[in-house]
Amino acid sequence: MEQKRPGLIRSLQRRLEQKELSCRELTEEYLKAIERDNPALNAYILTTRLAALETAERVDARLAAGEKLLPLEGIPMTLKDNISTDGIETTCCSKILKGYTPIYDASVWGLLKKNNAVLLGKTNMDEFAMGSSSENSCFGGSKNPHNTERVAGGSSGGGASAVAGNLAAYALGSDTGGSIRQPASFCGVVGLKPTYGAVSRYGLIAYASSLDQIGPIAATVEDAAAVFDAISLPDPMDSTCRGKQSAVSGILTGEIEGLRIGVAKEYFDGIKQPEVAAALEKAVRTYEKLGAKIVSFELPILKYALPVYYILACAEATSNLGRYDGIRYGYRTENYKNINEMICKTRSEGFGAEVKRRIMLGNYVLSSGYYDAYYKKAQNLRGTIVKAFQSAFEQCDVILAPTVPMTAFPVGFTGQDQVETYLTDICTVPVNIAGLPGVSVPCGRDGKGLPIGMQLIGNSFREGIILNAAYAFEQRDEYLSECFSKVEMGVKF
Amino acid sequence: MAVKYEMVAGLETHVELSTRTKIFCGCTTAFGGEPNTHCCPICIGLPGTLPKLNERVVEYAIKAGLATHCRIAENARMDRKNYVYPDLPKAYQISQFDKPLCEGGYIELSNGRKIRLTRIHIEEDAGKLVHERGDTYVDYNRGGVPLIEIVSEPDIRSIDEAKEYLEKIQLIMKYIGVSDCKMQEGSLRCDVNISLRPVGSEKFGTRCEIKNMNSFTYMERAMKYEFERQADLLDSGEEVIQETRRYDVESGCTESMRGKEDAQDYRYFREPDLVAIFTPAEKVEALRGQLPELPDSRMKRYTEMGIAPADASLLVKYQAVAQYFDAAADGVKNPKNVSNFMVGQMFRRMPTDEEKERCAIVSAVPPENLNALVKLLDEGKIRMNQAKTVLETMMDTGKAPSELISAEDMAGVGQDDLLEICRKVIGENAANVADYLGGKERAIQPMIGAVMRATKGKADAKAAQQMLKQMMEEGVK
Repeated sequence: MEQKRPGLIRSLQRRLEQKELSCRELTEEYLKAIERDNPALNAYILTTRLAALETAERVDARLAAGEKLLPLEGIPMTLKDNISTDGIETTCCSKILKGYTPIYDASVWGLLKKNNAVLLGKTNMDEFAMGSSSENSCFGGSKNPHNTERVAGGSSGGGASAVAGNLAAYALGSDTGGSIRQPASFCGVVGLKPTYGAVSRYGLIAYASSLDQIGPIAATVEDAAAVFDAISLPDPMDSTCRGKQSAVSGILTGEIEGLRIGVAKEYFDGIKQPEVAAALEKAVRTYEKLGAKIVSFELPILKYALPVYYILACAEATSNLGRYDGIRYGYRTENYKNINEMICKTRSEGFGAEVKRRIMLGNYVLSSGYYDAYYKKAQNLRGTIVKAFQSAFEQCDVILAPTVPMTAFPVGFTGQDQVETYLTDICTVPVNIAGLPGVSVPCGRDGKGLPIGMQLIGNSFREGIILNAAYAFEQRDEYLSECFSKVEMGVKF
Repeated sequence: MAVKYEMVAGLETHVELSTRTKIFCGCTTAFGGEPNTHCCPICIGLPGTLPKLNERVVEYAIKAGLATHCRIAENARMDRKNYVYPDLPKAYQISQFDKPLCEGGYIELSNGRKIRLTRIHIEEDAGKLVHERGDTYVDYNRGGVPLIEIVSEPDIRSIDEAKEYLEKIQLIMKYIGVSDCKMQEGSLRCDVNISLRPVGSEKFGTRCEIKNMNSFTYMERAMKYEFERQADLLDSGEEVIQETRRYDVESGCTESMRGKEDAQDYRYFREPDLVAIFTPAEKVEALRGQLPELPDSRMKRYTEMGIAPADASLLVKYQAVAQYFDAAADGVKNPKNVSNFMVGQMFRRMPTDEEKERCAIVSAVPPENLNALVKLLDEGKIRMNQAKTVLETMMDTGKAPSELISAEDMAGVGQDDLLEICRKVIGENAANVADYLGGKERAIQPMIGAVMRATKGKADAKAAQQMLKQMMEEGVK
């Protein structure tokens, strides 16, 4: 199959190896673009210019010595600000972690660092990954490169904005309830939420430990696959991490003859924009033409996914965020009479409204007297949802669904009605509850030119299958004209 | 008429495990150290870190469970116990809630009563607050040190039972090598739940929990005070309020810490960062195979060997002493001689617990030397009083019996020599002979003394007495 949409990482590495440009030049291009365009996008909250150039020079030296490039070597990239970086401030975009500089690297960053990945900086996010627009960041929200009156999505909005705006070749985000896929959908890029346990969480500052997973946001499916391969390894530091079962990059053939694609109507019920429904329906027909078999079924249990998600996520968050007390690191209030007042004021001043809301929700659902009615019930339902997906995957190989029931929100939308905002997570949270892999791929544009995302969901550790299905979709002739909207920003190649 | 009350108590005992490293990271568990030097990102709970369960901790806890007759769960889980305190850097303690490692064991007391164990679970210790120069500091060295919590049923009925129960736990844990159980270093501490009920009643009264007792003496005093306090309340028709109390060392009283309504809501839930602990039956059996002889069965063995229960329990109390005894008693005819030498003479040379704990005398008298001495006694080559003297010299000089007892000494006194000496003594003590024959049995004593003097203590006093009697009664000249 002829490659219609080549991977950015591979083409950049080829140019580096052919000495068309040096890694330093490439890095400087990105840094210049960040300087020029980041004020409009607010994708980066910190750039690591000197370290990036040092790494670039190390790569150039290796190239000069005739060495071959390692996977992802020399490619400028970025990390969400909840991924710990030794010696580089890591704040989760929260006032409470301002000034906190980790003394160790997250395992994923350790892996990439070893391969001389060029870190350009840390990207914006909703505070502690809680939100759908990145506007819950203490640094202000990230904007959508397709239209800066729109949000980039969240919580990994900075990463998606940076990749879509050509301010990084790829980004690592984290996805607890859609935080990689939703901004990827809003920004018209590819976002992969791996199977729970495929990528180490060591060093990812926890929001909801049983749901969090690190994954790539990239320009193309091939790029997402390459990054996934590099970061999905077993990690002795994370007992829940087994790593991938096999490499996925090699199996991207685009051949999907006979692939069974499942469509559950519950995913489509909540679609808010006719253009989104139309794009999804068109995608289903496209897959049919590509030789896939469409299987329709119902997943009625999905109506419980949102409450289950918010109960479990908030419960775990309450516990995970208890440690921010001003004693050891980060922000501490200035005036206090005793330790209790210090902790109380530090947390009151340090956390934003959405984080406080979820801490309170979480405490409520775990409290004695309410535990059985909320937390326990949600845990039981989680089991039921897992089983429902298992039986769905007896009928199909991939489930096709919208990523978000709409295109990117206008700036300021999510601040108005929390419940309305929570409801927009309806299509993304089931995957986290069941621990499954899901990828968001652009599948069209609305009348305003805003990207529409399609989500492909696979069974556990079947990243290869969903990425190959996404690849087949992306490699069609019509893809560029129908789905891909180029932005006038960032590095031009 | 005043009501008589019965005490109903249950203990929650915390035992620090002596694994080399902490429960969730590779830091040392060594006691003390400069503050915050036995720490890493994991045990100070830096954002993003994850716990990594130390397999050895699970093994130690299973051994503790097996040594106390518990069932070992095939699938156990870790949970988070959420509470805020500066010494707890994650604001939750990783513990076990509803799927503990061990359940349903017991400790048998000397009165034959069995104190049932509800459960034994593993958890991490917290750090420590240090108050200095008017400020409070936190030392996280102890944070993440592995603990087991042994929870008993409310089966304890007296202070003595509580003490014996705790002593037995301490001894068992030391025997199986999972903890040094030093109360003064905090590696053994307990909370006591205590209530009263009229003697004969089956119904439990309202209980109070006394927190964090770190010495036997304080536990005893606190329980005594609490018993009297509750009895006074009940006598005057008042109710005991369910609450958590602390024992104040200065005043010797217990005082209220928090009532039931202020009880902490720990909001337990599964620790999502750790996977289930799977322990197949084969692993349990392998660990059972590693257990040494436990105090109870050793005690039984010693008493069956003819050792007085009081002496046997003194030997069993210190594992090193018991091991010394086993080596020294190896192949001897009368093991009681060994225990008599040890309890009677050697214990005086190691008066402290610490010395007995390591059986300090071993450096002067290796067990094979005591063994050799007792065997000389067995073979009749030396006499008891001679052996006692030799043992003292052995302890003084570190010399072996063979270096201290000459062939001549060991020859003892032959039958002919003894006969000759007795005849001589009878001849020289006509008055005593007359008294003896006249019915004053005690008149023989000075004559035995004379025989012993004449033989420089080598004679067997009993044999000499026998011979003197026979000769006097038969009128042998």
